[in-house]
Amino acid sequence: MPKKLVGTAAVDVDDEGFLTDFSQWTRDVAVAIAKEEGIADLTPAHWKVLEFMQKEFRENGQAPSIRKLNKSGVVSTKELYDLFPGGPAKKAAKIGGMKKPEGCV
Amino acid sequence: MEDKIKKVSIVISKGGLDGVYPGLIMANGARMEGIEANLFFTFFGLDAITKKRMGRIKIATVGNPGMHMPSVLGILPGFSAFATSMMLKTMDKIDIPPVPEFIEMVYDAGCKLYACKATVDMFKLRKEDFCPQVDSVINVGKFYEISAGGQIIFT
Repeated sequence: MPKKLVGTAAVDVDDEGFLTDFSQWTRDVAVAIAKEEGIADLTPAHWKVLEFMQKEFRENGQAPSIRKLNKSGVVSTKELYDLFPGGPAKKAAKIGGMKKPEGCV
Repeated sequence: MEDKIKKVSIVISKGGLDGVYPGLIMANGARMEGIEANLFFTFFGLDAITKKRMGRIKIATVGNPGMHMPSVLGILPGFSAFATSMMLKTMDKIDIPPVPEFIEMVYDAGCKLYACKATVDMFKLRKEDFCPQVDSVINVGKFYEISAGGQIIFT
């Protein structure tokens, strides 16, 4: 399993860069991955999405779908695409230290 | 690594749930991967964006070998509605939304939706008959123009 240095921390990742051990995730790790993904600043709006996703992830073992995020009232689909441009579900999961979403929608 | 797909234009030409969903899932999936996506609805596929029909799209239980049952059962009154409701429930569980919500979702995801001019003329429809997410009614020439530089997928 590859180790990767994000910011100052070494974390275990899969070959696409998703953390394989959620417990290694920290807010600093998130900031560092976000930079790599082209998001210079994680705003309170980003954190709100990430925190909700992580809560779901802890409960269900996978990141929630875009539909679920929209229905939860945490973030609309439009806002989500604005916050995490170019593949929001995957990007947010990666930044939040979760494994890659498996669903088709 | 191979070049990534950057843009897809998907034609939805068939009505019925099995005609409409594959294209919607592919378009939404494209947006989820950061791929630019266009949806072009033609022929009975137009039902998916027609206000009075989009909420009532059913699965065909007659003449559909994929249903794995004799067609004679499919002609029973209410059978198509029953099969449709079963299928929608199953899909909802795996977070595949009903058609009207799905149209809203792909639109919010940044996919552009178009209606086919020839079909619109044939069925005597007007722009007002379509849901607000539809960008415009375009002819096939315009469709190719919009699709330039990307892949075209016909469903």
